Amino acid sequence: MHRFDLGALDRLAYGDSPLHRLDPRTKVLVTAAFVVTVVSFPKYEIAGLIPCFLVPVLALLLGGIPAAPILKRILGASVFVICVGALNPLLDTEVLHRFGSVSISAGWVSFGSILLKYVLTMSVLLLLVATTSFPGIARALGRVGVPAVFVNQLVFLYRFLFVLLAEAQRMVLARDLRAFDGRGRGLRVTAQLLGTLCMRTVERAQRIYQAMCSRGFSGRLPSVGSARLRMADWACLSLMALLLILLRNYDLVGAVGQHLVQIF
Amino acid sequence: MHMSDALLSPAVGGAMWAGTLGTIAYCSKKVRTEADDQVPPLMGVTGAFVFAAQMINFTIPGTGSSGHLAGGMLLAILLGPHAAFLVMASVLIIQALLFADGGLLALGCNIWNLGMYACFIAYPLIYAPLVRRHRTPGRILLASLASAIVALQLGAFSVVLETVVSGRSDISLGLFALLMQPIHLAIGAVEGVITAGVVNYVRKLQPEALVHTGMTRRVPGGRLKTLTLAFLFLALVTGGVFSWFASANPDGLEWALQRITGAAEIPEHTTGIGATLRALQAKLAILPDYTFKPDAPPKAEASRESLAWPHVDVGTTVAGMVGVAMMITLMFVVGVGIRALRKRAARG
Repeated sequence: MHRFDLGALDRLAYGDSPLHRLDPRTKVLVTAAFVVTVVSFPKYEIAGLIPCFLVPVLALLLGGIPAAPILKRILGASVFVICVGALNPLLDTEVLHRFGSVSISAGWVSFGSILLKYVLTMSVLLLLVATTSFPGIARALGRVGVPAVFVNQLVFLYRFLFVLLAEAQRMVLARDLRAFDGRGRGLRVTAQLLGTLCMRTVERAQRIYQAMCSRGFSGRLPSVGSARLRMADWACLSLMALLLILLRNYDLVGAVGQHLVQIF
Repeated sequence: MHMSDALLSPAVGGAMWAGTLGTIAYCSKKVRTEADDQVPPLMGVTGAFVFAAQMINFTIPGTGSSGHLAGGMLLAILLGPHAAFLVMASVLIIQALLFADGGLLALGCNIWNLGMYACFIAYPLIYAPLVRRHRTPGRILLASLASAIVALQLGAFSVVLETVVSGRSDISLGLFALLMQPIHLAIGAVEGVITAGVVNYVRKLQPEALVHTGMTRRVPGGRLKTLTLAFLFLALVTGGVFSWFASANPDGLEWALQRITGAAEIPEHTTGIGATLRALQAKLAILPDYTFKPDAPPKAEASRESLAWPHVDVGTTVAGMVGVAMMITLMFVVGVGIRALRKRAARG
């Protein structure tokens, strides 16, 4: 569950592309709107979800993001959804469609819908992180009205995450080198390890706080970058709004299919 | 492994986000005004500590499988409930964004499920009272166990409720609960033991590290708060569970009408403003007749007596809880409104 290449996705966010240059607020809003739209499709919807793939694919191309790390993470995090979704074909066996001799039950249709929704929502979330650095997202939240205490918390957590992960990594390595036959991995030793880490954490926090105070920290973190949305941001927001209305309310797949059938 | 968006409906996700955001705002205000100066920087680093702690696996005795600390209870003990909720929220946001653990819409649910019960129910109602008078290692172990188990049971049940109410999965409430609750009972027990181990170790070696909890400063009106929480809990349980025991027989009014007119209900309006209002009510009613399934055929009078009792039904539970929540919100709004009016009268 916790990969040590935690920074990989985040490192992509420091690239440069039309997508990277958008304001973080725009990207967060657009991602959230897309997720809500996808999730609002009914339980047995499959055809309507297909054109929605346009959004993550476009974002991937515009942002210059390699597809492999995205796909890897989508696959890796899918276990829970697959487990719960796979119960649908078992529980809902009413037949919905028939193709000749093959009949498809409603359970399979809803399972397919769940899988599609999962891939869509997860991919846009990962693309958001890959094109917007986490401090950028935190600052965007601050500008939108999230309390400063919480925004500071997000930024500090991000900053010290790597420091403490490295420290824990060293501790785990040291313990594993000294552990024979699973001896060092019991509850008691782990509790002591965690306790030591906890005490070091508190001491570290005190040192950091004193260092910050002596450099004039007063509770507000300075932020870089203009606070105004540019033309590109407004264009992106309005385009997305239109696209989402189109995707949700019109049967694009059916329309394209009918036109093709008419032509031939 | 947290909830994913694909199993949620926008209504459930949105509602949980609203609750989470409100709690974040409340906790931020509390931390800003009441916590001592050292807490905000400590929050950032303890959040990172939670991640680091989750990397340190241990083997669970008796099973051989490995587990790790989740950290909700430990955070509440170290920082106090309000700061702990904020730290938990930030940890889950990072997990969602950087680890792809849980979806964006489900993030609201995840923060609520993992933060609310540990920080605002298990810690103040179970851990703190048990540990207040006698801070012995044995007491701390008991308190940790009890609060971790309760927090995880409530969290797991919330996942079940959110999934079932969203309606994207066909799994029934009973089956899902049967799968989730026992597993989280075991997880909660292990979490409680590990948390107690860490707290006792730190108390032995560096007790001043545990000084920042909100419970060291007497919260004014403490007993009133406990009472209010207890009543809220009772109200929710009554609305959620005892509503199953509500009788299916006709109530007093319907019984009287039946004796007089021969029908249990007066015929509905079909024209005019009555019909318009009836249509509006049908559209607005999210839980018609205190249950789900608005498209099920209306129950015949004869079958009413034959309904199984207690009538265990998710819809009734949700209706009960929604009813309680709305009543409390309404009372709160009225109370705030009255206070505002009185202030204005006093000023003018």
